[in-house]
Amino acid sequence: MVMMVIVSCKKDTRPNYQFMPNMQAPVGYETYGEYDVFPGEQSAMLPVEGTIARGYSLFDYGSSNEEFLRAKAELLSPLDSTQVDFARGKELYDIYCGICHGTKGDGQGNLVKREKILGIPSYADVGRAINEGSTYHTIYYGKNAMGSYANQLNEEERWQVVAYVLKLKSDLEK
Amino acid sequence: MLLLCEIFITEHFSFMKKSYQSLEDNSTNNMKQVKYRNLTIKSVLLGFVFLLTLSTTLLAQDGDPAKGKTLFNTNCAACHSLDKKLTGPALRGVEARLNEQGLDREWISAWIRNSAAVVKSGDAYANKIYDEYNGAAMTAMPQLSDQDISDILAYTATEATTAPSGAGDTAVSTAAPTEPGISNNLILGALALLFMLLAFGLILVNKTLRRFAEANNVEIAEATKRKSIWKAFVHNQFLMLVTAIFFLLASGYFAYGYMMQIGVDQGYQPVQPIHFSHKIHAGDNGIDCKYCHSSARVSKTSGIPSLNVCMNCHKSIYEYNGETTAEYDKAFYDGEIKKLYAAAGWDDVDQQYTGETQPVKWVRIHNLPDFAYFNHSQHVSVAGLECQTCHGPVEEMEIMYQYSPLTMGWCINCHRETNVKVQDNEYYTKIHEQLSKKYGVDQLTAAQMGGLECGKCHY
Repeated sequence: MVMMVIVSCKKDTRPNYQFMPNMQAPVGYETYGEYDVFPGEQSAMLPVEGTIARGYSLFDYGSSNEEFLRAKAELLSPLDSTQVDFARGKELYDIYCGICHGTKGDGQGNLVKREKILGIPSYADVGRAINEGSTYHTIYYGKNAMGSYANQLNEEERWQVVAYVLKLKSDLEK
Repeated sequence: MLLLCEIFITEHFSFMKKSYQSLEDNSTNNMKQVKYRNLTIKSVLLGFVFLLTLSTTLLAQDGDPAKGKTLFNTNCAACHSLDKKLTGPALRGVEARLNEQGLDREWISAWIRNSAAVVKSGDAYANKIYDEYNGAAMTAMPQLSDQDISDILAYTATEATTAPSGAGDTAVSTAAPTEPGISNNLILGALALLFMLLAFGLILVNKTLRRFAEANNVEIAEATKRKSIWKAFVHNQFLMLVTAIFFLLASGYFAYGYMMQIGVDQGYQPVQPIHFSHKIHAGDNGIDCKYCHSSARVSKTSGIPSLNVCMNCHKSIYEYNGETTAEYDKAFYDGEIKKLYAAAGWDDVDQQYTGETQPVKWVRIHNLPDFAYFNHSQHVSVAGLECQTCHGPVEEMEIMYQYSPLTMGWCINCHRETNVKVQDNEYYTKIHEQLSKKYGVDQLTAAQMGGLECGKCHY
C-alpha cells in the first residue's frame, strides 16, 4: 500500500525525481538546449552568414524559376557510374520521396492514395521532362507545393536520389 | 446532380444484378442461367447509354466532370484547389471568370498546354497572373487532349456542395461520447440506491428479530469479558519480535523499490505545445520515422524536425480528414495545424510566409544523463535497428511517451542479446573474424565486440 501511495504521487506528465541532478545535467551546451547566451535562448542556430560548414559546398543556383531553367539546362551530376549506388538511392528515396511520389515514381505514394496530397506527377510526365539538373534543383529548393529537402539530405545523398529518380523515370518510360 | 444520378443508377443496377444472381443460384437449369446473364449485361449497357445521354443532355456540357475530377487530381491538384488558393489560384468556375475577361477556351487550352509561351507572347492577362503569383510558372501540360481539358473545365464548373455531411459528423461525434457517460452514472446511482435499500432492510430485520426475542423471553448471550486481543498481542514478546522483523523487511523492500525507480522516466508523457500525433503520421499515413527525424541516420541526436519539414506536407494539408475520437475531433486537429501555421509564420489565406516565426518549445522526453554517451547513427545506420526497438510502438501513440526505462541494465541487456550486424560492413570484417574465433561463436553479440566496456559509454 505504501508503494501504491508513492507511485501515485508520480505523474506521467512530469519528469521523475533524480539522484544528484548535478551529474545528470550537462555542463556543455546540448543540441536543442535553452541557454541565455544564445539569441532567442536557443542553441539551435542557423550557420553564420557568409560561412560554409565543413563537408558542404556552395550551390551556384538561386531559387527562382529562371535559375531552375538554367540548372535544368546545364547542371550535371558529379557522380560517375561507379559512385552511383542504387541501393542507397532507393533507401533514401523510399524514406523521403516515396511517401508522395510512390516507390515506383508514378506519383502514387501512400499520401496520394489516401488523398492527403493530390496532383503528384509521374516522373515520366512529358510536360515536365525532368533531368539531372532539374531534379537536383527541385530537391534543393522545392518546387510549387513541394518543399526543400536540402536539410534532410546532404549533397552526395541528393545526387544519389537524383540518380535513382532518373532510373525510375527510365523504368516508367519502358 | 449528375453524380447523384450516377450513384442512384449504379446502385439500382447492382441491386438488379443481385436479384438476378439470386435467381441464378436458385435455378438449376443451365439454359436459364445463360439467358439471365445476357439480360444483366444488356441492362448495364442500357444504363451506360442512359447515363451518357443524361450527362450530355441534362447539363448541356461537353465535358465529363467525373473524368475531369480524376484528371484534375492527377494533373492540377498539386498547385490548385477548387475553393482555396494554393500555389496557384482557386479554380472553381474558372472558365466563367476568364470568359468575363474576354478569354475563350482556346486561350485556356494554350495556357494549360504551355503557359510560359503565353506569358512570353506578351499576353496582358497572362503576365498579370504570372506576376500576381510571384513568377511561379505553371507546368506545361502538352499531353492533355481537348477532351481532357473540357473534362477538367466541366469539373471546375460544378457547383460547390454545402457541408451537411460535416455537420452530421460533428453531431454524431458529440452525441457518441455523452451517451456512455450518462448510462454509467445512471447505473452507479441505481447500484448505490440498491445498496442503501439493502442496508436499511437488514437493519429492519435485525430490529424485528430482537423484538421477537424479547417477546419470547430468549436471552441474547452477552460476550464474556476477556483480555482484549491487542493487549494480549503487546504482552507476547515473540509475536512482537516477528512483527517488527516483518515490518522492517517490508519497508526495506518498498524503500528499495522506490529508490530504484528514481531517475527512471519510463512512461513519461509530457503535454507538448502542439499536439503531434505519431499515430496519424507514422501509423495511419505510414511516413518513415527518418523522414522527420532525418539526423538519426547521421548524427548523435535523432533530431527534432524544424518546422519547414512539417510544412513540406502541411502547405497542402490544411485540415484533418482522418478518423476522430471524442477527445480529439476534427476541430481540435485543425486547431493544431493552425498552431503550426502560426509558429512557421505561414499565411494560409495568401499562401505565403509572413516571416513572423515563433519557435516551438517542444518538451524533451528521452533524456540520458550527461555521463552516458549515446549515438543514434551508430544504432540506426550501422546496427540497422528499428526505431521501435527502443522507442516502442510509436506508430500507435497518440501522445508520445517514453517506452523504455533507458537504464544501464536495459542497455547492457540488449548488448548481450543482439548480434552485431557485419553484412556489408568491411569495418567489422577483420575484428569479427578474430573475435569470433576467440569466443568460439559464429555470430558475435555487441557485448562480445566490446559493447560492455565502461569507456564505450562513460568517458
